[in-house]
Amino acid sequence: MADLRVNVGGLEMKNPVMTASGTFGYGLEFQDFVDLEAIGGIIVKGTTLMPREGNPYPRMAETPMGMLNAVGLQNKGVHHFVNHIYPQIKDIKTNMIVNVSGSQVEDYAETASVINELENIPAIELNISCPNVKQGGMAFGVSARGAAEVVAAVRKVYGKTLIVKLSPNVTDIAEIARAVEGAGADSVSLINTLLGMAIDAEKRKPILSTVTGGMSGAAVKPIALRMVWQVAKAVKIPVIGLGGIMNWKDAVEFLLAGASAVQIGTANFIDPAVTVKVAKGIDDYLDRHGYKSVKDIIGALEA
Amino acid sequence: MKKYILDLTVAENLSLHENYVLLKLTQAEPLPEMLPGQFAEIRVDGSCTTFLRRPISINFVDREKNEVWFLVQLVGDGTRKLASVKKGDTVNAVLPLGNGFTFLPDGGKKTLLVSGGVGTAPMLYFGKALAEKGFRPTFLLGARSKNDLLQLEQFAAYGDVYTTTEDGSAGEKGYVTMHSILQQQKFDMIYTCGPKPMMMAVAKYAKTNGIECEVSLENTMACGVGACLCCVEKTDEGHVCVCKEGPVFNIKKLLWQI
Repeated sequence: MADLRVNVGGLEMKNPVMTASGTFGYGLEFQDFVDLEAIGGIIVKGTTLMPREGNPYPRMAETPMGMLNAVGLQNKGVHHFVNHIYPQIKDIKTNMIVNVSGSQVEDYAETASVINELENIPAIELNISCPNVKQGGMAFGVSARGAAEVVAAVRKVYGKTLIVKLSPNVTDIAEIARAVEGAGADSVSLINTLLGMAIDAEKRKPILSTVTGGMSGAAVKPIALRMVWQVAKAVKIPVIGLGGIMNWKDAVEFLLAGASAVQIGTANFIDPAVTVKVAKGIDDYLDRHGYKSVKDIIGALEA
Repeated sequence: MKKYILDLTVAENLSLHENYVLLKLTQAEPLPEMLPGQFAEIRVDGSCTTFLRRPISINFVDREKNEVWFLVQLVGDGTRKLASVKKGDTVNAVLPLGNGFTFLPDGGKKTLLVSGGVGTAPMLYFGKALAEKGFRPTFLLGARSKNDLLQLEQFAAYGDVYTTTEDGSAGEKGYVTMHSILQQQKFDMIYTCGPKPMMMAVAKYAKTNGIECEVSLENTMACGVGACLCCVEKTDEGHVCVCKEGPVFNIKKLLWQI
């Protein structure tokens, strides 16, 4: 059994497997299927300062080996999280991480400062890349200046590990990554969903209420892998890789490309127990190849 | 209720009709508790266009044979692939999911179960459960044509069965909401599952006549456990997940314009 521990921007994890925001609820939804404490980190549903109703139904379209979603950050706001959700999850012995979103810089900073006070939340993931709301941070995530601005504002009020989730819907993701690194991010996670669209030909109508949505699932993996590889070379802070990871082999590919940890997202819908299988699979891979630590394969791609 | 990921074995795959199969699945261990109106998320293996699991109603639970039945309508690639499984094959299912129908203490005295198309599926197991509690529900089943009326003999074992077909080839001609029984008898409780326009018409009838009514929704869903928030329905408490808070809702909670 290899040493699976990793440190991502000050965040100590027992293994490099995390869950992607919006795909694992608050963890509780999956406790019948997996031992939550066997997961390296659980990133809970995107949280905003004020409650959000999200987009109208329909919000989902299945695509070949993937899906589009247009949830639109439905959540009951950070104060509901603090008062009602946090008490239920604070004693789960893994890294419970809150994904923070907003529509203006002040909202991000205020939400982050509220979560900063929660003892058992060791990190936040800043969502500056949601494609599904008009001011869902997408405006920040697509320019280096905007991204740096929101990260710098949150950095001032947030003392723990600050992960910034990057949008793939940009010309040069490495440039954005460097900008958020410069503004004080401890880590970057990528990729968020790719902007896509689905049409019902019979009805001559879009399937999603918002017309466009965020694409995820197995089909996006090659794009995610390429971007993780590019960003890992461009920044010194650790990179968390996600996008289409369905099994341990996909996860190992991301680690080889330079990710220090991975997030499992849409795959949770197909196999609710996939996270622990991925952690086990990485361990077996390391043993099989004679590696003592998972750190030995991070960025070990021979290119 | 605890949820399980189970590798079930196909005990039987019955073709009921060109568009429907009945999958009877079993396992060595006793199957977990499942409530009428709950569903399973079934994985479809070997279809290159099918990514997500398929949410399918629990049609029946046969405790003696340790079988759970799923009535599968062949809609697209996923359900066609699922329908091609053979006896002895493995089918992976996550179950039981959702809330299920509400049992009234008095069985709703006179209970009407209205369903159409593949929406008839959960009513068989529910009808059986009502019968086991000593009640005799009335089933009103609608379909396009005679051949689309499925499992009629099984329904008849648990209650009185009335039917409608759109082409008049069996039962009364027309839609379920046009059936004469709705004028002739007085019901205390209505449960319905089927195409949304049908359920809305049933809900309207119930509301107009002051009858309690529960509907089972089938909004497009991904996770099945309340995590992805894709299958939401607008209710008096805002957007809620059909997969977790539903699929069964009292019409009073919904914001349907009826």
